[in-house]
Formats: sequence, C-alpha cells, structure tokens
Amino acid sequence: MAVGRLRARLRVRDLLAEALAGLFTRPGRSLLTALGAVLGIASLVATLGIAETAGAQIVTAFDELAATSVVVTNDRGFFGTSQAQVALPWDSEERVSRLNGVVAAGTMAEVPLGGRLTSAVPVNDPLGLTEFQMPMIAASPGLYAAARGQLSTGRWFDHGHSERADRVVVLGTGVAQRLNVTRVDQQPVVFVGDASFTVLGILEDVQRQPELLNALIIPEGTAREMYGLESPTTVQIDTEIGAASLISAQAPIAVSPDDPDAVQVQAPLEPDEVRAGVEEDVNALFLILGGVSLLVGAIGIANVTLVSVLERIGEIGLRRALGAGRRHIAYQFLLESTGVGLFGGVIGASAGVLVVVTVSALRTWTPVMDPRIALAAPFLGALVGLLAGLYPALRASRMAPVDSLRAGATG
Amino acid sequence: MTAELIRLVGVGRTFRSGDIEVRALRDADLEVRRGEYLSIVGPSGSGKSTLLNIIALLDRHTAGTYRFEGTDVTELSEGARTGLRAHRIGFVFQSFHLLAHRTVTENVIMSMLYNSVPRRERRARAMAALDRVGLDHRAGFRPGRLSGGERQRVAIARAIATRPAILICDEPTGNLDSASTESVLELFDDLRSDGLTLLVVTHDDAVSTRAERIVRMHDGRLSEPVAV
Repeated sequence: MAVGRLRARLRVRDLLAEALAGLFTRPGRSLLTALGAVLGIASLVATLGIAETAGAQIVTAFDELAATSVVVTNDRGFFGTSQAQVALPWDSEERVSRLNGVVAAGTMAEVPLGGRLTSAVPVNDPLGLTEFQMPMIAASPGLYAAARGQLSTGRWFDHGHSERADRVVVLGTGVAQRLNVTRVDQQPVVFVGDASFTVLGILEDVQRQPELLNALIIPEGTAREMYGLESPTTVQIDTEIGAASLISAQAPIAVSPDDPDAVQVQAPLEPDEVRAGVEEDVNALFLILGGVSLLVGAIGIANVTLVSVLERIGEIGLRRALGAGRRHIAYQFLLESTGVGLFGGVIGASAGVLVVVTVSALRTWTPVMDPRIALAAPFLGALVGLLAGLYPALRASRMAPVDSLRAGATG
Repeated sequence: MTAELIRLVGVGRTFRSGDIEVRALRDADLEVRRGEYLSIVGPSGSGKSTLLNIIALLDRHTAGTYRFEGTDVTELSEGARTGLRAHRIGFVFQSFHLLAHRTVTENVIMSMLYNSVPRRERRARAMAALDRVGLDHRAGFRPGRLSGGERQRVAIARAIATRPAILICDEPTGNLDSASTESVLELFDDLRSDGLTLLVVTHDDAVSTRAERIVRMHDGRLSEPVAV
C-alpha cells in the first residue's frame, strides 16, 4: 500500500460535530465563557440602536414644531445698536403669505401702555385688588394660525376688526384667570386705563410665541389708532415641512426689500444636521464603551479556551495519536471558540434589541434600528470568538503528541 | 505483502537540553513480523517508551533507519506520518485516555474520525469492535461507570476498530488489578490468534511472558534473548 495515500483527513461535518460536542459536554462553562461576548455585543447593539432611536426622536420633535417655524424680527440684538432699527411694514403678513411654502404668517408687537392698568370692572373695590399691570400685544389676524393657537372659547379677531380699529381683545389664558373672565357669550368688557375693550375670546394655548398667553391681544389697527404703534416687531411664519430654510432666506427680502440684512431671522437647523449631530455624540462615547466590553469579552473567551486547551492536553495527545493532524486540532479549538462567540453574539444581539425596545417604551419613543446591525452582530461575535481562539488553537496544535499523552495521563 | 512489518536498523534517539545530551536509545536493531506478539520489557528509564514512541511514529529517531511496511519513514513528512498513524497503527495507553463526557460508543468511533471510514459504517464497526472485546452491552455507558479492566477493553476496541496493521500497547495493565489484567491479557491472546500484530511494552514479567517473543531493554540498548 502506498504510504502517500494514507492521508489523515477529517470531514467538515465530523469537525463540526466534535466542536459542538466539546461545547456541550460543559454547557455551564460554555455559557459563562459566552457571557463576555454577550455583554460586548449587547452593549454595541444597544448603543447603536438607542443612538439611532434618539436621533430619530429628536428629528421628529423638530419636524412638528421647530422645523416649520421661521421668525423674523427687527430686533437689533444685544450688541447691534449702531444701525437704526428698521420698521417692519404693516402688510408683512400679506407679503410673507405670498411666498411659496408658507402655511400661515402673522405679525405682532408689544404695545406700550405707559403704566395704564387693566381691570375687568369699572368700579373701585376697596376690599380687593382688581387692577393689574398687564402687557398688551398687537397682533395681526394671521398670527393665530402662525403661532398654532387654540381658543378655549370665543373667536380671534379678523381683518375687519383691525381695519375698523374695533376695541376688541383676546385674553391670554393667564390674563383671563386673573381678571376672572371665563365666558365670552355675554360680551364681557375689560378696561385698560379708561378705555374699554370687548372680550372676543380666550386663548388657551399656543405652540409658538408663548408670551401671548400672558397678554391682552388686540388688533394691530386698534393699537395703531389708540396707542400710536409704529410698526410690528415680529413676523411669525409657519412653513411647510422642508420649506423652512428657503423661507428663512426669502422672508427678510419680502419684509425689508431695501435692507434685508437689517432684520433677524430665527430658522431651524437642518434635520439631517441634527440627526447626524446626535448620533455622532452618542455613538462616539458608547461605541468606545461597547468596543471595550467586546475586547474584555474576547479576552475572556481566549482565557477560557486556553485553560480548556491545557485541561484537554490528554485529549489532544490522543487525537494526535489517532491520526489527527495539527490543523485538525487547531480547527477544532478554533471552531469551539467561534461557536462560543457566535452564541454570545446571538444572545447579545437579542439582549441589545430588547434594551433598545425597553428604553424606547419607557421614554415613549419609537424604536428605530437598522436591521443590519442586529443581523451582523452574531457574526461579529463569531469573529471575536475566532480571533480569541487563534492563540489557544495554535498552542494546542503545536503540542507534541508524546508530551501531550504523558502530561494528560488521566481518565 | 511481505512478512516484515517493522524494521529498525541502528536506530538511536538523543535528547538535547542545553549542553546536556541524553542518549535514550542507542543502536537499536529490531524486526517485527506480521502476526507476531512481541513484548518489550525493562525497568523504568531503560528507554522502552522512547523506542515505543519512535515505532508508533509519535517521535522521530535521530540516527539509523526505520522502515514501516517497506517504506522508509525517516524522512517522511509530518502529515504522512500522521496519515500512517491514522490508518495503520492502533494505540492502547496505560491511562486509557477515554473521553469522560462521551459514551463508550462515541469513544470508539473517535478513532475512525481521522481515517476516512465512511460515516454510516462507523457505528456498525464500533459495535463490532465492542462485541469483539465483550463490551457491546456497555455501549451507551460513560467511561466513569466502567471498571478499570472494562475501560482498557474499550480502549482496545477503539484501537482495533480502524483495523490497524499493528496494535501498540504502552503498559496496558499498569493501572489494573490482577483480575482485570488477566481479562486484558486473554483478549490479547484472542486478538493474536485473529492474526493481529501486537507490540506490548511493559515492566511486568508476568505480562511479557504471554508474548511469543520478548525483547529486553537496559540503559537504552536492546537485547534479544533466545525466543521461548
């Protein structure tokens, strides 16, 4: 018989079976060994998932309010006093509303009351405080929609009120409480100084310009006539989603064509920038953490595999004597550590997804996660196991059969 | 196929450790014929194990030539030697070397993993080998539940399941009581009568006298008395 034909060989299926048997003969130890990989993979998956979820969550919040809000003011800012303040035109609402992408627009300005007090009754009541110093804001009819206001009762004034300079007022909910006005069906009247105003409605809530809630709101035309208001100071614009950056460039030209730079524009950040910023912040920190735990996990696998190699010297010697080549021994231990890593990766990926879902549930967020992360995680675990097993497998395969048989003379 | 299975000519083995040289085996000449029952005896440290490891292709000699089934294995690659071990040599160790977490059958099947015995044949061949050593009723047991003699017979079943050209036994009764020793020696006699070549290394004269040919070792040298 030709010696050259007598090759030692090991079928892949047999190799897999031996590696599996090696893992399952000591399930407890295999589980503990995999724990390192479980923690590492879980923290990686959870980190990526939570970063993505939080990023998406913040962008969602911006989508609803800030991402569609553009505010133009003639405020010169804290330091900008060298240039004269421009007066926003009275028809700013109409000018801006013509821009494509604007859903609603409205102007507003604080009315100087010069110390006039507000009260709901025209009599002096010596027993109680009935007169208050309250801010008054002149608003255009469109401001209600642009600030996304909500009336608890009554109505908002319209262009007619403003043009006729009607003495009407909408009370912010804070003002209404202090003046003890809860209903408008009998047309209650409030007095500002000596002037009376008919209450049209009560503003319960706004999503923008919250100072409206604590103010008397009158039509612009009325403020112009009664208090000599010179111009609106603020234009609040509600845009369509995605139009904010365009409108923030066009609105200054529309309201101040001869000097667009003289007005201030508050526009939202681009959603992509926000998302990227958040994900980067969270990722950078926690990815390091996940990487470290994965490294610790790998060291754990390497350690236990090495111990296992030393414990099984006798088995290694026996297998060599029975005709296992060096590479067969190496493959077996490599497969075992890879199996541990793969198992750890599967459990870790599941745990990580669970963490993301739990955190999202607690915060009432929508969990967002790239499915590729969860699918790739077990393979990352296997890779970690493979790398961790390299050195122990090399040690095992380098043992001389004679020494192994002698050293492992047990059982 | 010739009658000669193994031929050693002037084989020596020198171990080096730094500047110290130990000649564990010197100038050994030995022939083993097919079907022979040969025993190598000698006190501890006489070089028996060294000789056995070289014959079993577990170790390389440093001098002389060694032919196994007519092939000079001196210059053979590690892979080819491993292949020879897998196909042509069966091992029985003093300490059994059974895997404690596997059943008796799985332990026997392990010897067939590395030498291309088809998967579906293995179980049948393992059962046949266990039957041959009289332990087919212990097939599903774990080695921990067997007596020493039974464990060694499982190890023998593992060795013969691959149908080797030679069964090499290193102190096969060293860990056994006298009753178990006897059962193993009887099994050797049976295998011998089946035509298997047996090489038994021992320091126990009672074991070696069962062989038809005895080779003595002393201080690394072989001496062959007149066959009994």
